[in-house]
Amino acid sequence: MTLTIPSFTLSNIGPWLTLTGAAILILLVDALSPKGRKAYFPQLALLGLAVALLQTFCLWNKRGLDFARMVYIDNFALFFYAVFILGTALTVLMSRHYLEDYGKDLGEYYALLLFATLGMMLMAAGAHLIMIFLGLEVMSIAVYVLAGLLREDPKSNEAALKYLVLGAFSSAFLLFGMAMLYGAAGGTLYLDDLASRLAAGGALTQPLTLLALALFIVGFGFKVASVPFHMWTPDVYEGAPTSVTAFMAVGVKAAAFAAFARIFFLAFPAFKVDWVMVLWVLAVATMTLGNVVAIAQTNIKRMLAYSSIAHAGYLLVALVAMNQLGAVSLLYYLLAYTLMNLGAFGVVILVGRKKDSYLSIYDYSGLGFQHPALGAAMALFMFALAGIPPTAGFVGKFYIFSAAVQAGYIWLAIIGVMNSLVSVFYYLRITVLMYMKPAEADLGPVAFTPALTTVLLVTAVGVLLIGIFPGFLYNAAVNSVKIFPGL
Amino acid sequence: MQLPILSILVFFPLMGIVLLCFLDRKNHKVLKGVTFGLSLLEFLFSLPLWFRFDSHTPAMQFVERYPWFPSYGISYYVGVDGFSLLLILLTTLLTPICVLATWEDIQHRVKEFMICLLALMSGMLGVFVALDLFLFYVFWEVMLIPMYLLIGVWGNPARRIYAAIKFFLFTMFGSLLMLVAILVLYFHYGQATGTYTFDLLKMYGVAIPFHMQFWMFLAFGLAFAIKVPMFPFHTWLPDAHTEAPTVGSVILAAVLLKMGTYGFLRFNMPLFPQAAWYFVPLFSVLALIGIVYGALVSMMQKDLKRLIAFSSVSHLGFVMLGLFTFTMPGVQGGIIQMINHGLSTGALFLIVGMVYERRHTRMIADFGGLSTPMPIFAAIFMVVSLSSIGLPGLNGFVGEFLILLGAFKANMIYSTIAATGVIFAACYMLWMFQRVMFGEVTHEKNRNLKDLSLREIAIFAPLLLFIVWIGVYPNTFLHKTKATTENFLAMMDKAKGTKVSLSQAFKGEAP
Repeated sequence: MTLTIPSFTLSNIGPWLTLTGAAILILLVDALSPKGRKAYFPQLALLGLAVALLQTFCLWNKRGLDFARMVYIDNFALFFYAVFILGTALTVLMSRHYLEDYGKDLGEYYALLLFATLGMMLMAAGAHLIMIFLGLEVMSIAVYVLAGLLREDPKSNEAALKYLVLGAFSSAFLLFGMAMLYGAAGGTLYLDDLASRLAAGGALTQPLTLLALALFIVGFGFKVASVPFHMWTPDVYEGAPTSVTAFMAVGVKAAAFAAFARIFFLAFPAFKVDWVMVLWVLAVATMTLGNVVAIAQTNIKRMLAYSSIAHAGYLLVALVAMNQLGAVSLLYYLLAYTLMNLGAFGVVILVGRKKDSYLSIYDYSGLGFQHPALGAAMALFMFALAGIPPTAGFVGKFYIFSAAVQAGYIWLAIIGVMNSLVSVFYYLRITVLMYMKPAEADLGPVAFTPALTTVLLVTAVGVLLIGIFPGFLYNAAVNSVKIFPGL
Repeated sequence: MQLPILSILVFFPLMGIVLLCFLDRKNHKVLKGVTFGLSLLEFLFSLPLWFRFDSHTPAMQFVERYPWFPSYGISYYVGVDGFSLLLILLTTLLTPICVLATWEDIQHRVKEFMICLLALMSGMLGVFVALDLFLFYVFWEVMLIPMYLLIGVWGNPARRIYAAIKFFLFTMFGSLLMLVAILVLYFHYGQATGTYTFDLLKMYGVAIPFHMQFWMFLAFGLAFAIKVPMFPFHTWLPDAHTEAPTVGSVILAAVLLKMGTYGFLRFNMPLFPQAAWYFVPLFSVLALIGIVYGALVSMMQKDLKRLIAFSSVSHLGFVMLGLFTFTMPGVQGGIIQMINHGLSTGALFLIVGMVYERRHTRMIADFGGLSTPMPIFAAIFMVVSLSSIGLPGLNGFVGEFLILLGAFKANMIYSTIAATGVIFAACYMLWMFQRVMFGEVTHEKNRNLKDLSLREIAIFAPLLLFIVWIGVYPNTFLHKTKATTENFLAMMDKAKGTKVSLSQAFKGEAP
């Protein structure tokens, strides 16, 4: 028996290799450097991410399949690479200050972040369902560990355990769905084959495909935290270290949406009627529940958790629309969300101080006048999350609802904007506390480290910049979604 | 190459904010002085609009257009016509006055206050000049934030937060539905013509089936009706007015409310003319209810600010009634009445603010006989009250007379009911004036109140000038709006005459 190794080009997966290399290097440096010495983990991680970003730019506009049709190289994947790298880099920047309080500024933390990013890239670029599953697992396992990083803290333990158990459950659903699909499609899991095989399969395989579809929706619904698979979100977001929460809220969600969109747009266009209807209901439920329950939260991390559920709902609207604008808005919104949410979490870390002792929203009372810059930044992120111009959040929502209107889902758009109205209430409450309530106590100094200042600056400027000049990104996103047939 | 006056007007205050950021926050005099200088400069910049405005053409003037987001059909497109000219000038005139009025009033967080004021100015001017629906929406929403902060941070401690949130949520509610309608309109236009654009003037021409007009008119109309505010949507107004600091109330009354009426003129009616005709009875009746109800409720108020707030509901009812007559005097009267209301109600809020600074109360019962210690104040207050009532020779009369004339042409009953509003206005204003100013000084504290200072007189001087000017020779102003109004009415007349039943509208059947 001869085994032929298909030809491949390593540069096509350059970013993956760089990140893997950087992660392993960090682990080695950690193991080999003498105990108690402050090592250059964040710098190494950032360097790795920078090189990966450069490689991503070099690959831009390249299009193809490699590694025996396992990996897509296209702008859709590359756009997501850039989003992941941005999210991870900002997370790395805000981590050290936070982790040092807990004495957890460890090499493995940064290595795990990089591995998780690698997993996300696999998900965005996978051309075969098994590749996507591998990516999902690489990402998830790294994040399970990260969530439980503060192992002396019961809440962190609870978060990790909940996330692991429920996450494993949802992975199983996804895998089971793939098995069904394998049968229905007559023995293939290549995304570019699936559509034609499923269409040709005839009535007999239809129930099997529908079952697979349902299982996929469960699996991805869990990862993007859509109702009714959202139960884990508030507890995990609250318990996990804040920097990890930030990472999960943007990175994991973006990766799951990347795979979600690619599978549904490429493999199931023939079943559009079926899944669009389900997602319509899920989108409405997710937006509404996230926004309404967020009103009742007094812990800022829990509030942002419910807000992230609500944002998953808006993103589902983009999927429901299933037109070019919908796909574009998905990309744009995920990038905008990465910026504004990481910015908000950066403020949460700065205000939290001393092992998260200030996490209640009432700790923000009077912040706006005691620390004007910090208050202004938080206000900006809150207005952006609420979707008020001239921020990236507004433009993102504008795209999403445009897509819904264009596709004829006017009611969905109306429900969506009404949900924004509900969300305005709790985002506004933070600004009310910051600017209109007197401080309950002197807030004391806030330790602005250069890294955290950079995070806030980059995110604040980014939120405004792509909110006021959305053209460039829009064109890039249009360019990225051209890979889908019919868009 | 023409100077981009409109862009300068919109963005100069923002540059002013940058300048303010570098000033010492402790030195209130400098902060206020610089802001006053900036707003005065802004007013000077706006003067060429008045002098170089060609009143013979209904076309947009001082137009600037740059591609902003071409792949989506969004451009930075601004211009001025007879509808917006006066409102822009009103805004730039009032801002320096407002800064002067803060001299004693605002004593803490002055820097932030001035920044909010300048941001608000920029937003308001943006709303009045925008000719691109996207641009308009951006300004419309952006302007909410500084106003919300003005009410919430510097307002009356007891209920300012409640009022600020109520203001924000009410306005947001309307504007979000408007956003959906804008999108529907955008895609309808794109499908009908093949080009996707947010250009308002191009959209004026496109044919929209009636059932779409019906819903979009309601969506836009809700946003604007909340802002005006029309009768069932007015409940945010008394709260916002009462709790806001003096200057906040002045701007709210004088400019922000006009955005609603302006929105009807600029967007609702020309975009959806058939629906506009269809909704004449509904909106006229709501306007009438507003006129009478606002006046009656005003009469019963114990708080001066609340009284003036409810009188706004009544006055704006007149404006809406005038606009929905679609007659020359009605519409022109409506526009003039917008300016009048800005001048006289703005002045009334300033007056209440000055009394409040001296006595720290706004309850009518706490006053009485103020004309003895404060004769100059009494004289100014008298003129402003009479202007608000609509005494011939002052501005209020011109607006209300034209509106009643227009309404009489359109529907005699409307006109008759509206006329009672004028009588009620005389009742509540004069009664209030009598209780506050005349008679014996009943409270010891009122005996030694200081009369107006030179600064305070300077605040009123320009307002009084225009109150008399519009009253005596309104043609200066009517002339500017004439061509635009004629063009607008011609547009509306073309759409007249389609009779539609409600069930047709719901079913989406074409008439």
